[in-house]
Amino acid sequence: MSQTTKQDILRVNDLKAYYQMNYFGVNREVRAVDGITMTVRKGEVYGIAGESSSGKTSFIKVLAAAIRPPLRVVSGTVEFDFKSGKIDVAHASPSEVERVRWRDLSYIMQGSMSVLNPVRKIGKTFRDFAFRPLGLSNEAFEARVIEHLRRLKLPPEVLNAFPHELSGGMRQRVTIGLATVCHPEFVIADEPTTALDVVVQKEVLGLIREIQQDMNSSVVFVTHDMSVHANMADRVGIIYAGRLVEEGPTREMFFAPKHPYTAHLVASLPRIGDTTQRPALEGRPPNLADPPQGCRFHPRCPLAVDKCRKDVPPLEQVGPDHRTACWRWQDVKPLVSPHVAHGVMA
Amino acid sequence: MTTLLEVRNVNKRFTMGGLLGRRVINAVQDANLTLSSDKPEIFTIIGESGSGKTTLARMILGLELPTSGEISFAGKTVSHRVGRQERLDFMAKVQPVFQNPFEAFNPLKRVDRYLESTARRFLRLKSRDDLDGAMDGALQKVGLSLAEVRGRYPHEMSGGQLQRAAIARALIPNPPLLVADEPVSMVDASLRMSIVNLLKSLRDDLGVSVIYITHDLATAYYISNRLIIMQRGRIVEMGDARTVLDNPEHPYSRLLKASVLSTEDAGAGKLATDPEMVELANELVKRPGRLVDRPDGRMVMSYDRA
Amino acid sequence: MFAVFRDLIRYNIEFAIGLILVGAVVIFACLSFFSPVDPSLIYMTIPDQPPSAQYWFGTNSRGQDMFWQLSAAMRNSLTFGLTVAVLSRIISIAVGLTAGYVGGWVDRVLMFINDIFVAIPIFPVLVLFYFVLRNNMDSLTLALIMACFGWPFDARLIRSVALGLKHREFTRHAVFAGMSTRKVLLEEHLPYVMPIVFATFMNNMLWSIGLEVTLAVLGFTNINNPTIGTSLYWANSHSAMVVGVWWWIAIPVAMIVITFIGLFLLAMSMNEYIDPRSRLRRMGA
Repeated sequence: MSQTTKQDILRVNDLKAYYQMNYFGVNREVRAVDGITMTVRKGEVYGIAGESSSGKTSFIKVLAAAIRPPLRVVSGTVEFDFKSGKIDVAHASPSEVERVRWRDLSYIMQGSMSVLNPVRKIGKTFRDFAFRPLGLSNEAFEARVIEHLRRLKLPPEVLNAFPHELSGGMRQRVTIGLATVCHPEFVIADEPTTALDVVVQKEVLGLIREIQQDMNSSVVFVTHDMSVHANMADRVGIIYAGRLVEEGPTREMFFAPKHPYTAHLVASLPRIGDTTQRPALEGRPPNLADPPQGCRFHPRCPLAVDKCRKDVPPLEQVGPDHRTACWRWQDVKPLVSPHVAHGVMA
Repeated sequence: MTTLLEVRNVNKRFTMGGLLGRRVINAVQDANLTLSSDKPEIFTIIGESGSGKTTLARMILGLELPTSGEISFAGKTVSHRVGRQERLDFMAKVQPVFQNPFEAFNPLKRVDRYLESTARRFLRLKSRDDLDGAMDGALQKVGLSLAEVRGRYPHEMSGGQLQRAAIARALIPNPPLLVADEPVSMVDASLRMSIVNLLKSLRDDLGVSVIYITHDLATAYYISNRLIIMQRGRIVEMGDARTVLDNPEHPYSRLLKASVLSTEDAGAGKLATDPEMVELANELVKRPGRLVDRPDGRMVMSYDRA
Repeated sequence: MFAVFRDLIRYNIEFAIGLILVGAVVIFACLSFFSPVDPSLIYMTIPDQPPSAQYWFGTNSRGQDMFWQLSAAMRNSLTFGLTVAVLSRIISIAVGLTAGYVGGWVDRVLMFINDIFVAIPIFPVLVLFYFVLRNNMDSLTLALIMACFGWPFDARLIRSVALGLKHREFTRHAVFAGMSTRKVLLEEHLPYVMPIVFATFMNNMLWSIGLEVTLAVLGFTNINNPTIGTSLYWANSHSAMVVGVWWWIAIPVAMIVITFIGLFLLAMSMNEYIDPRSRLRRMGA
């Protein structure tokens, strides 16, 4: 599991991205991403978890180089190290972004219907997205697409189908195919299975994992569902109120979390075969236009002390690969005893 | 035993398409279930999309009429084709809980107007004091107070507060039954447990029965007394929640359980599904069968030999 | 309400310009209340005088002071446009919201009637009405007839929004809170269709004033009632352009253009303000 030797493909350095808006004299600045520093390594799946309005969607927009007003990058860099060269997507020109988009950096979206044009056959959509980045002849392109679809367990006939003729699971597999047909080095997956049924969800997740390992690409996987992270991610980062509050190897995050918020997220997952009372986290995520002083989690935190109300905890190293932003991380205990005791890593 | 809700041999067919290519969809086939009013319980309907669970819920709420069979509540047939007063009387006894707390309130309107309208219509209260008393009483039951809610717009409240306020609204006429259609599928993890725990306390402390519709086996296990598992409109397994989920018998129930993402081996990346299980479950959809009793009290669909 | 206007003027240049243009036109129209001459009388002044210090807008070949003449015309045209727009908005809201929300056979019947009105060509019908009613055809009657024809397209638009709102959870929530259909429509759904109502309000005024001008120029209205249309009718019948009385045509046309631009800017900027999404953002959601 040690991946420290592996090279970084993405370095995010103190990224700040704010929504700056002016509505008829009401000026608002929403600090959606407020100082995030993290790296993603070659060939790993990095899970990002966070509640709605935690800023995770804005963070992903910046990573995907889809920065549109009113969202603006205020400071920091987002540097990808592709084989074709380095690029800082937070500051790159549209033509530079165009060069890497889809070929090196691609995405799998939440709703497959928003990617697939309902009146265009799947084959045509493949052509729209991938023909230019791949730069192959007509026959070679066709062969490549069919080969790729086979890997996703899709018959070549889907190329002649319209999106509505396919089931939800098949459509999501098609969008995965679209995102990966160019063998990109970096894939951003934004809640790709949230709308799917459990059986299909597991299948699609397995597929993403399989194809990621095949291509040895890096994936940033965003979802609020911790049980998906448990099975998908190599490392998990938790975003709360625009900041990364904890980051570590998946197993440690689940069995030995070092931030009270992570401990709560993990503890709030019910399990079949276990009816012990599960705690709920009270309160609401802070308003990012007016975040609380000090640690942003302190109003909801059971461990909060005076220091937490005043000073912002830095994201500090607490173990190999494990960082947390909590003044009292040594006091954080898993809220629900881990189910498999011998599985806990010391 | 007095019967609160009885669903007897209910079928629902939808006809899709226009003049050409008419297609019949059997959304619900031969559903039977009974809730007694003596012992409040959380009755869970588990199913994936297209299983008919939402259609069944809509029929119980009287938003849809069964094609055949009958749904009766406290001895009266449920239907929306009745006089306004009769419909209001029914609504006072069976109230829904909505899927998305952020969607359950009109974002341009204050939250308390829903509560006030409910108190006015169902309790026929008129004076300011009575209305406030009824609203505050219901809000207290879910851990809120009128002072916290009055005059506020939905965006000024958290998802948890909104879902609580929505449930409080439903509780105003003291209904014996709530129908909660996927009340946690759209909410964040930290909020999910607070809603699930609330449903639990409604049953335990207030004696309200809840029909809980979900695709999530884990929360179903956590709160329900009894459950049914639906596959393409048919109930394939039914019984005590723990008995069924600890050891599901029907191949489809087994597949659902196997598809639940476990956190027990977090980080190990175990995602393989057994394709034979999927195939077997899919094949059974087409075969005729009927529910048979098992010694442990559950009912499982058994199929005629092909 | 006052603060809203102040904010709109200060932060929205389109609104400010629109307000100035429409304001100028409305003030001009209101001056007709203080008119020293009766606009229906003819040969009160020397005919065919170009604009001057004494006759700001000149005089026409019928011996009328164009300033007071147009002031009255503008008032009548605006009132006419407003009447048609308000009446047809009421019909389109009622039909659109009901059809979309209630659905079923009510929807089918309402949309059938709607489509009939879409299909009937309005111009021949108006001419027919003129021939039947003749001198009983006053401004109000014409406005009523046109209102009956001005709603169907917008009703369809409102219906499509209502169809979407019907399936929002808050609608069902309102029903289970015991709200009546009328209450659901007027309190829950109406705010969402207001942007459409505003946008189409302006379009509708434009359409009705324009159609009135067309009818009047052809002589199919009460030509003794001063409107922008009848002004042009008389100018045409006196061959104003040929004899060089250009101000008789140019000034009314300029005025109607100013009105339209002003209304357009107002509608556009108000639309942005009234739009639920922008409203929510201002509320801080």
